Amino acid sequence: MGKILMKGNEAIGEAAIRAGCLNYFAYPITPQSEVAEYLSRRMPEVGGVFLQGESEIAVGYMLFGAAGCGARVFTTSSSPGISLMGEALSYISSAQCPAVFVNIVRGGPGLGGILPSQADYFQATKGGGHGDYRLLVMAPDGVQEAVEMVMMAFPLAEKYRNPVMILGDGLIGQMMEPVEFPDHLKSEPSNKDDWATNGMDTRKSNERNLVKSLFLNAELLEEHNRVLKAKYDRMKKEEVRYEPYNIDTDYQVLIVSYGIISRVCRTAIDNLKAEGFEVAMIRPKTLFPFPEKAIEEAASKDSCKVVVSIELSMGQMVEDVERSVHGKRPVQWFGRSGGDIPTPEEIIDVIKSFVTL
Amino acid sequence: MAKTFKKPEALSDQHTHYCPGCTHGVIHRLVAEVIDELGVRGRTVGIAPVGCAVLAYNYFTFDFQEAAHGRAPAMATGIKRVRPDLVVFTYQGDGDLASIGMGEIIHSANRGEKFTTIFVNNTVYGMTGGQMAPTTLPGQKTTTSPAGRDVEDVGMPIKIAELISALETPAYIVRQAVIKPKYIVRAKKAIKKAFQYQLDGRCFSLVELVSTCPTNWGKTPVEAIKWTEENMLSYYKLGEYKTPEQFEED
Ligand SMILES: Cc1ncc(C[n+]2csc(CCOP(=O)(O)OP(=O)(O)O)c2C)c(N)n1
Ligand code: SF4
Ligand SMILES: [Mg+2]
Repeated sequence: MGKILMKGNEAIGEAAIRAGCLNYFAYPITPQSEVAEYLSRRMPEVGGVFLQGESEIAVGYMLFGAAGCGARVFTTSSSPGISLMGEALSYISSAQCPAVFVNIVRGGPGLGGILPSQADYFQATKGGGHGDYRLLVMAPDGVQEAVEMVMMAFPLAEKYRNPVMILGDGLIGQMMEPVEFPDHLKSEPSNKDDWATNGMDTRKSNERNLVKSLFLNAELLEEHNRVLKAKYDRMKKEEVRYEPYNIDTDYQVLIVSYGIISRVCRTAIDNLKAEGFEVAMIRPKTLFPFPEKAIEEAASKDSCKVVVSIELSMGQMVEDVERSVHGKRPVQWFGRSGGDIPTPEEIIDVIKSFVTL
Repeated sequence: MAKTFKKPEALSDQHTHYCPGCTHGVIHRLVAEVIDELGVRGRTVGIAPVGCAVLAYNYFTFDFQEAAHGRAPAMATGIKRVRPDLVVFTYQGDGDLASIGMGEIIHSANRGEKFTTIFVNNTVYGMTGGQMAPTTLPGQKTTTSPAGRDVEDVGMPIKIAELISALETPAYIVRQAVIKPKYIVRAKKAIKKAFQYQLDGRCFSLVELVSTCPTNWGKTPVEAIKWTEENMLSYYKLGEYKTPEQFEED
C-alpha cells in the first residue's frame, strides 16, 4: 500500500483498526472530534464497536470494563476530557488492564484554548489520577509517527497490562500529511485467560477472575505496588525510545524537544548549521520512560555548553531534562503556550541568546 | 440425609463482613440463586460498587470487576458492548447509584444497555458511617443530617425506580423489598425476571430493593425491619414500574 493523504485524527482512527482494535468509546471535544466522526462510520464497516459515551468519566470506565473482560479497546480525547479520565486511568493501572488513550492536547489550564499545546506533559507522565501509577507515554512528531505509535501501543499495553497514552497535539490531529499504514497487526489480543473476566466458560481453568484495585491490608497493598513498580522499572529498561539529531557534530547547544515543535527545532538546527553553528537535538519519542541516559550522555559532550528544553508549555519537560543532566551543564527552557508555534527564526534567536550568556 | 436447604453454587463459602441483620447478605443469596437457576454462572460478570458491597466478589463464585464509586454502569456498558454474550450485572448502593453515579445509570438505562442493575436502597451511606444519601427520608437523622433531613434545604429523597421509568426507552424497572419472607419471594421473582430480559437481549433492567442498615440507623435488626415497613414502603412504593411489553402494547 502506498502513501495516502490523511488528516491526523482520521489516520489515528484507522491505525487503531489496523492494530486490531475494534472497540472505541469517546466523547466529542475539539481538536480530536474527527476521530469519533471517522470511527462512527468505520467501526460498523469492520464489525467493531463505536459508542459515544455521556461523558469522559463514563468513557474511561467503559474502557475499564471492556479491557477488564479482555477486549482491545481505545479512546481519544483532548486535555479537559483526559482530566476527567484521570480517575479511570488510576483504576485501570491498578487493576492492570491494557487500554490505549490518545490525548490530542490543547491549551490549558481550564478550558484554555483549542490550539496545539504540550501542557499536559505533567498530567501524562506524572499522574493525572491518584496513587502510585505510571502510563507508558509516547509522543509522535507527525501523522506518520502517530499511526506507527498507535499501532505499537496495543501490543505494549498488553505486554505490560497497563494503559498506554499517545500524547499528540492539536496540530497533529488537524493537519493532513501523507501516511503509509504498516501491515495489519494480528487481530487476536494476547492470551488473557489468567486474569480477564471473559467468562469462566471460555477458559480451561475453573478459577474465576477478578479485576480490582482494593487492597485493605497494608502488606498486600504494598506488595501490589511493588509489582506495579517492577513493571514501570522494566519499561525504563526496555521501552525508552528517542531520536538523536545532528549528534555527531561538535555542537555547542543540545536541544531536547518532542512532538510537533521538534520539527521546527530541526529546521532551526539545519539553518544554524548553514551558518556554521552546530546544535544537536535529542527528541524523546517516549516521555515515560524518559530518555534520561541519552540526554545525560549528549549533554556531557565537551563541546556542549548548554542544554535547552523547548516545549509548548510554560516549562514542564524541562524538569525531567534537569533531572537527566544531573547538573553537568546549565539547563535552559524556552516555551510558548497560547497555541502559536514558534518559527525557526524565533528558536534560532533563543538558542543564540543562551550561548552568549 | 439429603440436604434440603443448600447453598447456591454461585455463592461462596465465606462468612460475610456484613453487620448482623444487614440485608446485603439476603440480596447476594437471591442473586446467586437466580444465576444458578438460569445456569449462567460460567458466563456472568458482576460489578461490585464502592460501598458496603465493595467486597461482594468474595461471596460469589464467578468473574467480577470492582468499579470506582458510581461508575459500575459505565463498566457494564463497556463489557456488554464488546461481549454481548456475557451476562452482566451491577450491584450498587444508593450513594453509589443515586448520587455520584446518577449520570452513568441514567444514560445506561436510556441507551437500553442490556445489563441488569441490582440497586440496594438503604437510605444511607453505609460504608462511610451513615451519612445522608439522596434516598434519606424527610426528617431521617443521619450523621450529616443530625437534626433530620431538611427537605427545604436539600430537597426530597429521589425515587430511582420512578425516575428511570420516566425515560422513553423500553426497560424493566421494578421496586421490591427484602425485609420479610413475603417481600423476599417477590424480590427474587423480580431479579429473575430482570436477568431473563437480559438473556433474551430485550432491555435494560433495574431492580430497586428497599433494604436496611441497622448499624447506621442505630436499630436492632428487628427494629430496622419494622421501621422500614412503617416508614419506607409508603414513600418507596413496591411494584413493577415499567416493562418492555408496555411499549409493544402501545
Ligand atoms: C470518589 C469517591 N468518593 C467517595 C468515596 C467514599 N465512599 C465510599 S463508600 C461511599 C458511600 C456508599 O454508600 P452506598 O452507595 O449507599 O452503599 P452502602 O454502603 O450504603 O451499601 C462513599 C461516599 C469513594 N470511595 N470514592
Ligand atoms: S453498615 Fe449498614 S449496609 Fe453496611 S454492612 Fe452494616 S448494616 Fe449493612
Ligand atoms: Mg446505601
